[in-house]
Amino acid sequence: MAPVIHAIEELSIWIGRAFGWCILILTLSVAYEVFVRYVLNAPTVWVFDMMVQMYGALFVMAGPYALAQDTHVRADVVYRFLSVRWQGRIDLLLYIVFFFPGMLALAWFGWEIAMDSWRYQEVSWNSPARIQIYFFKTLIPVAAGLFILQGVAECMRCYLAIKTNQWLPRLEDARETEELLMGQATGLETE
Amino acid sequence: MTNPEVAILMLSLFIVMVLLGFPVAFTLLAMGVGFGYYAYYEAGSVQTIADAFNNKIFYLLNQNTYSVMENDTLVAIPLFLFMGYVVERANIVNKLFYALQMAARNLPGSMAIAALITCAVFSTASGIVGAVVTLMGLLAFPAMAKAHYDKSFASGVICAGGTLGILIPPSIMLIVYAAIAELSPLRLYAAAILPGLLLAGSYIVYVISRVMINPSIAPKPREEDVPPARVVYFELLTSFVPLTALIMLVLGSILGGLATPAEAAAMGAFGGLVLAAIYGSLTWVMLKESVYLTAKATAMVCWLFVGSWTFASVFSYLGGHEIIEHFVLRLDLAPWQFLVLVQLIIFLLGWPLEWSEILIIFVPIFLPMLDTFGVNPYFFAMLVALNLQTSFLTPPMAMSAYYLKGVLGKAIELVDIFKGIMPYLAIVIFIMVMMYQFPQIALWLPDFLFGKYIP
Repeated sequence: MAPVIHAIEELSIWIGRAFGWCILILTLSVAYEVFVRYVLNAPTVWVFDMMVQMYGALFVMAGPYALAQDTHVRADVVYRFLSVRWQGRIDLLLYIVFFFPGMLALAWFGWEIAMDSWRYQEVSWNSPARIQIYFFKTLIPVAAGLFILQGVAECMRCYLAIKTNQWLPRLEDARETEELLMGQATGLETE
Repeated sequence: MTNPEVAILMLSLFIVMVLLGFPVAFTLLAMGVGFGYYAYYEAGSVQTIADAFNNKIFYLLNQNTYSVMENDTLVAIPLFLFMGYVVERANIVNKLFYALQMAARNLPGSMAIAALITCAVFSTASGIVGAVVTLMGLLAFPAMAKAHYDKSFASGVICAGGTLGILIPPSIMLIVYAAIAELSPLRLYAAAILPGLLLAGSYIVYVISRVMINPSIAPKPREEDVPPARVVYFELLTSFVPLTALIMLVLGSILGGLATPAEAAAMGAFGGLVLAAIYGSLTWVMLKESVYLTAKATAMVCWLFVGSWTFASVFSYLGGHEIIEHFVLRLDLAPWQFLVLVQLIIFLLGWPLEWSEILIIFVPIFLPMLDTFGVNPYFFAMLVALNLQTSFLTPPMAMSAYYLKGVLGKAIELVDIFKGIMPYLAIVIFIMVMMYQFPQIALWLPDFLFGKYIP
């Protein structure tokens, strides 16, 4: 089961990271805009839409990535003191009751809305540049689809946790400074 | 059951459910969809099975997701996060601390003051409390311990100083607040400057007076450890000045009306990259990690918004806000009693929850009542922002203390850290009382810059 989980997670992580690079495009293009606006006195018309779309694409598509890395914040005051087995049971139940219905709705109806947008080739009203937004709207059902796939992987994780009383380790990824430093500190102490 | 009663059931059920530890964003989303299905259900409309899957809530969910995607205030969040991750990895903090420590050598408790200012500047630029506390815990704490500083005193300085970054603008917290309360991020930034500086200033005053009363907790540096003044100036010029200039540039261009917060944040991130390049720490690995961490953190915050907006629309559609407002009005509170009550609730919520959850989930419940009590929303925002400082500092769930304990291990007991933090907690509450007495602390600067606030 672990290879299947990891295969799904690699996909979520890869897509999330790919869209993560939007932040660099965003930074550089705004820097360019500020330069042409104040130095050359020739602002661009597209920068506002560009910013919004880069940001929107970034967070929507990084959602499954964050799920695959367990970064979505939990109110874990009680949760952290439960045994892994019970954590797995609760999570599995809530993935089925809470997670899938919402994501299915997002995927199904998001698809319908996106298809409408494609049909009349919807453009943005923020500027006269007539920036297309049907790609952008399509990202909602795509992200929801990836969320569902990642949700299946999470359920398998829960199943393994219930069976073995142990969480399958997450895939390696960039870690927050505090996690890294705290990890090193505990590592030194146990050595 | 009437609709408002269902709304109350929804809120209470949510509070129970969220404690099960499932990711908050999806708990909110699910509760919103579930109760929304009930709220938007039209009797007699379901003839076939297909009809059962056709409900307005599903469109509402999509609309809310799309509104978060095209929200031009929230664009600033990934950019500020990116700037934070870049600055955090730019290898600047040790230079900064060293320079300030030398510059402050003649003041009582020089290292503690240097640590405080380093924390304040560094966390203002990076905005990530955990990173500041752990980095400073590894850097400033051993230095202070070596100079025979009182350990509990030293740890308090780092924990309290590291938390300042969520208050002093340009901070991500205020952007999130602006998005949930539909306030102007400009005014919020302007409003937060004086309270932020006042808080940092009071921390420094506290450190100096504590050391003057009891010099044994912070011995003076030995003469031979102090480099010549020329070196000190050079160190300041290469660490403190560029970072402060970056912050000023970002903040100045926002308040001066030259750029939107998002544009300024992008410039800040760009400036951070340039700084990192100058310090020789702009590597491929560093860039990659900053990008990935930004992606994850943005997804976390923004999906929380998707969940919360869906939850909130259903909650108010069912009439939840009115019933809470009626309930509060029936208590017949004076405005000050209302403010104290709300701040107390937020203070208590700070024990188990983090600032993002408190802001996105609970603060919206109180916002509609501000009008009724005639409270200025910017004044309220500043009270909340100050209050959220305590969510990192109050035991038993003081995140700052746990970060510090996490990197220091056996070098210090958690109880000693808590002991060191307590005075700062008292200062935060004192400043809140001060601000209540003199609202101009928060309101003068935005009024001065942008004209009087008209509701």
